[in-house]
Amino acid sequence: MSLAKSPWIIHVNCNSCNGCDIEVVACLTPLYDAERFGVLNIGTPKQADIMVVTGSINYKNVNVLKNIYNQIPDPKVVLAVGACASTGGIFHNCYNVIGGVDQVIPVDAYVPGCCPRPEAILDGVVAALSILENKKKGNIKGKEVPLKGNEVPSNA
Amino acid sequence: MDMNSVLTVVLVLIGAPIIGCLAAGIDRKITARLQGRVGPPILQPYYDVKKLLSKDNMIVNGSQNFYVVVYLIFIILSLLMLVFKADMLMIIFVYTVASLALIVGGMSTGSPYARAGSSREIMAILSYEPILILYALAIYLLTGTFKLSAVLDASTPILMYTPLIFIAMLFVLNIKLKKSPFDYSTSHHAHQELVKGMLTEYSGPGFATIEIAHFYEYVFLTGLIFVFWAANPLIGALIAIVAYLLVIVIDNITARVYWQWMLKLSWTFLLAISIVNIAFLYISGVKIV
Repeated sequence: MSLAKSPWIIHVNCNSCNGCDIEVVACLTPLYDAERFGVLNIGTPKQADIMVVTGSINYKNVNVLKNIYNQIPDPKVVLAVGACASTGGIFHNCYNVIGGVDQVIPVDAYVPGCCPRPEAILDGVVAALSILENKKKGNIKGKEVPLKGNEVPSNA
Repeated sequence: MDMNSVLTVVLVLIGAPIIGCLAAGIDRKITARLQGRVGPPILQPYYDVKKLLSKDNMIVNGSQNFYVVVYLIFIILSLLMLVFKADMLMIIFVYTVASLALIVGGMSTGSPYARAGSSREIMAILSYEPILILYALAIYLLTGTFKLSAVLDASTPILMYTPLIFIAMLFVLNIKLKKSPFDYSTSHHAHQELVKGMLTEYSGPGFATIEIAHFYEYVFLTGLIFVFWAANPLIGALIAIVAYLLVIVIDNITARVYWQWMLKLSWTFLLAISIVNIAFLYISGVKIV
């Protein structure tokens, strides 16, 4: 139970339009107050448990995302917030976009919507908590995602 | 060492983190209420430490967590020295070693954020250390010895003769608890500019140890305030609690300032009022028994 009572999140903005980010920030405001569940928005990945990713992944930020993911100590879960993070959203066919977060790192929970309501994001965090507990019980470790050099589209 | 001393040590080792944990929880609860939120449970710091202990330990270099242990040991040592009424100067020195351990630990990681936080913490030490030394000097002038036992066994509270140093010590409490406006070395609210300052590269059990050391530090720092009215432990404890609550309120109503601002405040205003207080004690030659 220890993990579920104090989930610290790190918020990663991967080229998001800021819509989802505003909603993530709204979760921390007095109206929704995520801190009553012990949720803290922590700055450093080394102290985080839940990685909240907004925005689609493109060739410029893919290594940043992998790097942050690798720096989170186990057990950890990834929460894809918004349509872009889940599938690539309206950017899915753009020449510079790889797609959703699950194309690059394993995602544990999705919060669809453009943009998702703060209630939905909180719901996603609560859903991620039980996954976090299961990972701790099963001793499931996240694999280190290898970083490549300059990532470019295959047809470039 | 007799049986009583052993019992006291055990009591401090077990009791202090419990009090510190509750103090940290109350801090977060009051902060939440002041911001119009419900806030986490009072025991939230305990849950945090429990969680951090169950996480993986991700370290940058082998010595990083050694400095954390040094920090914890020296904080406990300074608290025990306070409880056993040791030499005030010695307590300050031991406490400084604890602060330095954390700075060296932050510097050793090589992260630019940790380095920025560590150098700011050095500035913090530069600002509060003279006040602490003058506090010790005031105790010496009042009792003729640096030993705390003279103060704690006296029938007159030293606050009667050191009101200005008391005010300066409130600022020191604010700086050392790393509360706003002086919360720039391990910032709680400046993720964008400083990530987590000095503590950026700590994770899991290492960070949990720092949190536990913070619990001891809370008790130690409020203990320094308690000494001002140790003649009546009840009033002393009340003053310490009020001082702690005051720091929480100040934390919530002020914005973070530049470290230069703190240095100027401490080396002009705080140092001046402390020296005025010392001068009064020296000239009047007042003693307490």
